[in-house]
Parts: sequence; structure tokens; C-alpha cells
Amino acid sequence: MATATASVAGGRPARVRRPASRHSLTKGPALGLGVLMVWFSLLVLIPLAAVIATAGEDGWGVFKDALTNEQTLNALKLTVFSSIGVTALNIVMGTIIAWVLVRDRFPGKALLDLVIDIPFAMPTIVAGLVLLSLYGPESPLGIEVNNTRKAVFLALAFVTVPFVVRTVQPVLEEMETDVEDAAASLGASRATTFRRVILPTLTPAIFAGATLSFARAISEYGSLVLLSGNLPNRTEVASVRVYSAIEGGNQQSAAAVATILLLVALVAIIVFDVIQRRLARRG
Amino acid sequence: MKNTIKVAATLSVAGVLALTGCGGDSDASGGDGTTLNLVGYSVLEQANKGVIAAFQDTDAGKDVEFKQSYGASGDQSRAVVAGAKADEVHLSLEPDVTRLVDEGLVAEDWKDNDTNGNCTSSVVVFVVAKGNPKGIDSWDDLVQPGVGIVTPNPASSGSAKWNLLAAYGAAKDADGSDEAAEEYMKEFFGNVAALPDSGRDATTAFTSGTGDVLLSYENEAILARQSGQDFDYVIPDETLLIENPCALVDGHADAAEDFMAFQKSEEGQKLYAETGYRPLVDVGDLEVDGANDPSDPYPAPGTLLTIDDNFDGWADANTKYFDENDGILTKIQAEAGQ
Repeated sequence: MATATASVAGGRPARVRRPASRHSLTKGPALGLGVLMVWFSLLVLIPLAAVIATAGEDGWGVFKDALTNEQTLNALKLTVFSSIGVTALNIVMGTIIAWVLVRDRFPGKALLDLVIDIPFAMPTIVAGLVLLSLYGPESPLGIEVNNTRKAVFLALAFVTVPFVVRTVQPVLEEMETDVEDAAASLGASRATTFRRVILPTLTPAIFAGATLSFARAISEYGSLVLLSGNLPNRTEVASVRVYSAIEGGNQQSAAAVATILLLVALVAIIVFDVIQRRLARRG
Repeated sequence: MKNTIKVAATLSVAGVLALTGCGGDSDASGGDGTTLNLVGYSVLEQANKGVIAAFQDTDAGKDVEFKQSYGASGDQSRAVVAGAKADEVHLSLEPDVTRLVDEGLVAEDWKDNDTNGNCTSSVVVFVVAKGNPKGIDSWDDLVQPGVGIVTPNPASSGSAKWNLLAAYGAAKDADGSDEAAEEYMKEFFGNVAALPDSGRDATTAFTSGTGDVLLSYENEAILARQSGQDFDYVIPDETLLIENPCALVDGHADAAEDFMAFQKSEEGQKLYAETGYRPLVDVGDLEVDGANDPSDPYPAPGTLLTIDDNFDGWADANTKYFDENDGILTKIQAEAGQ
């Protein structure tokens, strides 16, 4: 990797065109890029490539098998649709929570601000236990949803709470209220101010949070397994299918489902980015 | 100084063994001390404490230190394939050892001994709420309307396969035909309330109120009752013998042979029996806390099915019933959800 960096820095001098030479890296940034590439490759690129290579070992058949297996397909559908639903919920609720945390003053605010991160910070199996005791058969709230699809949705909503809040919060904090005052003095209603002034500023942050929340939701395992009951075709999620394939000794099938999840995540990132840019431009 | 380390290590092994892999200091080059890497399936963690401590009191075991690792049987087996250090593996079911044989890590003849390659055994039981409110005593009671069954997911927990084979075998034994057994299993899966991903999660789900009956192993039921869980268990009249295989891994230390011999000895089996396992050899009188009848802890069931006699061994059974696509039980399970 170091040699690759060197060639980026000083290699191929003969063919370097003028505009490119302006971009050629000096020692510091070149080293930075090198470290980044080594680090990123070791942690992300090589493992991802390995998964895709495993899935592709026997050609496309394994993907076809995965997608024609009704149980797997149902698990994928449940995972993707629940994740979309949870992400939509987070976009709304996360923004509201962030707004309340930044703009309003109330007793216990600092505490609430701390607590927001807990669903993300605690081990997922602990989250599963908490959810089971809260929404299981012995629920103190009288809400019994375990072993249903509602349980899947609830568990996903629980573990993804902080993402949108934490991305929107700092942007809101930085935002000057002068602009809002100016808009108001020019005759804009509160709704218009929110729609035309505040929202466009928040959009990139909201969608960054939404992407994180979606990605976390499609890959969730630990917090679900206790509450959802893993009932085939009903409450079984894709990550459980991946684990089942590994336990069954079928690495290719596991890698195929994993690759499909990866593609879904990639598509989601792109879609969110496109929507975000559109919205930001319109504002 | 080294002695202090050794004493500390021995104490830590004999005393409170924390979660995973906490055998003492690895000082294999120390000359007199050997370190054994023990890779086991999760439930053994409790049981092995006493067995290891007793082994270290014997002549053969007095300088042996242990590094232990416990986890889901399949995960443990795959970890050893992936290069985890192991002198002995002690897993939940045979296919997890077969995987190691296929990789050349365990000798082909690992089953050629008095216990047929097993270190511990148990039977499939029904765990029910205190007082058995729904009166669940037989396999037929499980498929009555309104009964919710909790059993780990056979796709993710290899050990759950024992439970399902017990159900299938009991139904087949009662009626004699595979068709009847398959019909029974359809009703069975119709009553399944949850398929948690591991035995431990299944127990958690059940004790949190999910379902009316948990399919479990006698040793886990007894161990849980010893640790204060407040439930009853029922040994059905027809049940399946659970056999947990153990094997020495290629390149193992000599002490591993001594340890395995100790595990299978009368003394070792008696210690395992005290934590709920059915002894493989006659161990004389026993008093087991947590058993239904502590002075007669392991009553013989009416019919004891075995994997070899009733299912032609694991190699066949695993493919026939649990193949990812064509397994009889895999298919029934998938259909039940539609």
C-alpha cells in the first residue's frame, strides 16, 4: 500500500497533465491517504470483497437460490420494509427530539440528553432483554407484542433512536435564530419559516442520520432474537437467515444473503443522498 | 514469583471462573506446567468447574492449567476449524465434531472407545411453569390447541435438533410410520410460539412468560433449578438420549488424554451428574439438588430413543431432517409459517 501511495504522490510523471499535477499530493497528504487506504482496506474493503467473492464462488445460482427460497425472501422483505418504516419514523421523531433538546428549556433536559444514547450504547442482547420485559407476556404496560412483526418494528425503533437526534442536534445548535427572526420580520409565517429556512439547513443532517438508522436496522440481530421469536415467514429477519446458513454449513448462501443486504444498504445510501440533494436545492 | 503466578492461576481456575477463556496465565514454556485448551459448548461452563478442580487434585492433573472457552456448539467447532487453539473439544452434538474430522483436526477413530466418543449425556424434557398448570405430560399434550411451545431454532442452534428429533421419534414410535410423525410435526410447529436462536435465549424467553412449555435438556433444567429458577420439568415417557461428544484435537498435549479419561471416569461422571448430566457409567448412589426427586435423579424413561438406533446416526439424520433445502423438518418448519 505504501508503494501505491508513492505512485499516487510522485509516479507516472511523464503522463501527468497540468490540471492533475495541481492535485498531486505532497508528502503529508500522501501519507494521510496511504494510511487511510491501508486502514480502510483492512477494515472494510477486503472483508467486503471476501464476502462477495464467497457468494460468487459458484456463480449466480446461489443468489437465485437465496431469492427464490420463500423463507429467505420473506425475511428480506420483512427486514427491508421494517427498516424503511423505522427510518421514516426516526426522521420525524428524531428531528422533533433534537428540536426539543436544543430549543426548549425544561427540568431534566440534561438527563434526557444523556439517556438518548443508551439504546445505541447498550449491548443489543441487553436491549432485547429490556424489550422483552417491557413488551413481552409479563409487560407492566399491558402491551404484549412479542413474536409478532410489531416486535421487530419496536426493537428496530428502539436501537435506532439516537441516530437522527445526534446528527440533527449539532446543526440546530449552530443555527442562528437571527435568520428565523429575519424571515418573520419579512412576513413569513412560522410554518413557512420552518419549511423554507430551517428545514433546508437540517436536511443533510436528517438524511445522514436516516442513512445510519436504516443501515443499522437492516443488520440488526441481537435485540431482535429474543423478542421476535424467529418464526419462519412471519418474524424472521434476514440476519437470522444469514446465521442459519452459517450454522447449516452453507457459507455461500450466507454470503449471498449478506451481499443482498449490502446492495440494499448501498441503494438506500444513494437514494437518501439523491432525495437530500433535491430537497436541499428546492429550499 | 512464578509460583505465585501458578497459585493465582490455579486458584482462579478452581474458584470463580469468569465468563470465557479465563484459565490462568499461559506459561506453557514453564517446564513443569502444561496448559490445556478446552473448547466446550456453553452449558458445560458450570459443570466443568467442579470436574477441572477435582482433576487438578489428582496426580495426573496437579500441574495442569486450563484455558477454557465456551459458546454455541457450532460456533465453537467453526472457531477450531478457523484456528482457535484446542487440545480437547466437548460439543453438543456429533456433526460439530464431524466437521473437525473432515478438516483433519480430529482422528477418524475418535469414536472407538468405551463411551462411543461421548463425555456427557442427558435426555430431552419438557420444562413447564411451576405446578404444570396446563398438565403437560406427553408429546400429545404439546399439540393440543392453546399450548405454546418454545424451542430453540434448529437452523441457528444445532443443539435444538435434539429436541425436534425427540418429538419426531416419539411420534413415530407411537404410530410406527414416518407419515404419522410428519403429521405430528406439522401440528407441533403450528403450536410453536417462538424459536429463539439459542437454548439460553429460549430459556430466557420461556421464563419471561413466552409459551407454556419449553423443550430443553434434563441437565439444563436441573442446573437452572439449582441456580434458583422456579419451574418444573417433566420427563416424557418416550424421549431421546442426548449424547455430547468429546474428542482430542490433533497435536494435543499429553495431559489432554488424562483429562478426558478423568471426565469419563466414575469420579468425573459423578461430578457431571451432580450438575444434571445422566452418568455414562455406574456411579453409585447420587443426591442431585434440583432434580424432581433428588435421591432418584435420573429415572429411566419408558422408551429411550437413540440417534444411532432410531435415526441411523447423525450423518444420515442431519441430511434427512435438517438439510437447508430438502430436510423433512426444515420443510415442515417453513410451511408452518405460511
